[in-house]
Amino acid sequence: MKDLGAYRPLDYFQLMEVSLRELLVAKGVVTDDAIKGAMATMRARGPERGAAMVARAWLDPAYKDRLLANGSQAAEELGFEVPGLKLIVVENTPQQHNVIVCTLCSCYPRMLLGIPPEWYKSRPYRSRVVREPRKVLAEFGLRIPAKVPIRVHDSNADMRYLVLPMRPAGTQGWSEDRLAATVTRDCLIGVAVPRIPKQPKSRKS
Amino acid sequence: MGSVPIFSVGDRVRVRKAAPLGHIRTPYYIRGHEGVVERYCGAFPNPEELAQQRDGLPAQPLYRVRFRQKDVWPGYRGSAADVIEIEIFQHWIE
Repeated sequence: MKDLGAYRPLDYFQLMEVSLRELLVAKGVVTDDAIKGAMATMRARGPERGAAMVARAWLDPAYKDRLLANGSQAAEELGFEVPGLKLIVVENTPQQHNVIVCTLCSCYPRMLLGIPPEWYKSRPYRSRVVREPRKVLAEFGLRIPAKVPIRVHDSNADMRYLVLPMRPAGTQGWSEDRLAATVTRDCLIGVAVPRIPKQPKSRKS
Repeated sequence: MGSVPIFSVGDRVRVRKAAPLGHIRTPYYIRGHEGVVERYCGAFPNPEELAQQRDGLPAQPLYRVRFRQKDVWPGYRGSAADVIEIEIFQHWIE
């Protein structure tokens, strides 16, 4: 086979994307700068908005009720614009653990969590977490006790999902920002739970 | 196939077992299974029609349906109380 070095020809979808984008720019439908700007905004977004909603819910029971009743409105209440998003928030409790997947593609509340991780879009995660959630969660390092039921949510149509994790023990008196920092992206998908950093042990001199 | 929801929360329903061609948002693995309506989500343009460049109207009522994992997967390992919840359009429910 001919050695192409670092050269990689575009695949079908890459070629389609480039062609469509160049056509839209050439026809003046969008500008290059607008596309670059939108991509930069999307790439810069992480799970901070989702984490802020969780931290608020931990501190304010009335907000938590509103969050569980209407996730999209609760997002907007914190100033996060989520046009068209139909958000359902599912609550972890000592009696149930929730985990999110989109078995059909990669539906994900991007407006609140940013771009989904590669594994979320991968065929192994999508096909396995629905049929053996306990095994998959264990591979993420999360062991759910057998007595705690697991609810898998297939984000297969028009709704988007966010997990409201349980507040970790030992966080009494913490500020909203400090609490939010314990809520990682994976906690909001349900493949992890918030943990507080271990206190460094006092060193013996 | 109107926009009016005909099922209520708690109703036991069965997903149609069918394999039409086209863009279908009802995962194959859940077709033919029985579950319970968990909530009504509102009515949304039918994705199967949208994929054909049509308007998808009348909007189809969409439900979240809860299924017992033990009912869905033969030999499921895990708690008998484990569930999977999926959005099902009304025209996929019988």
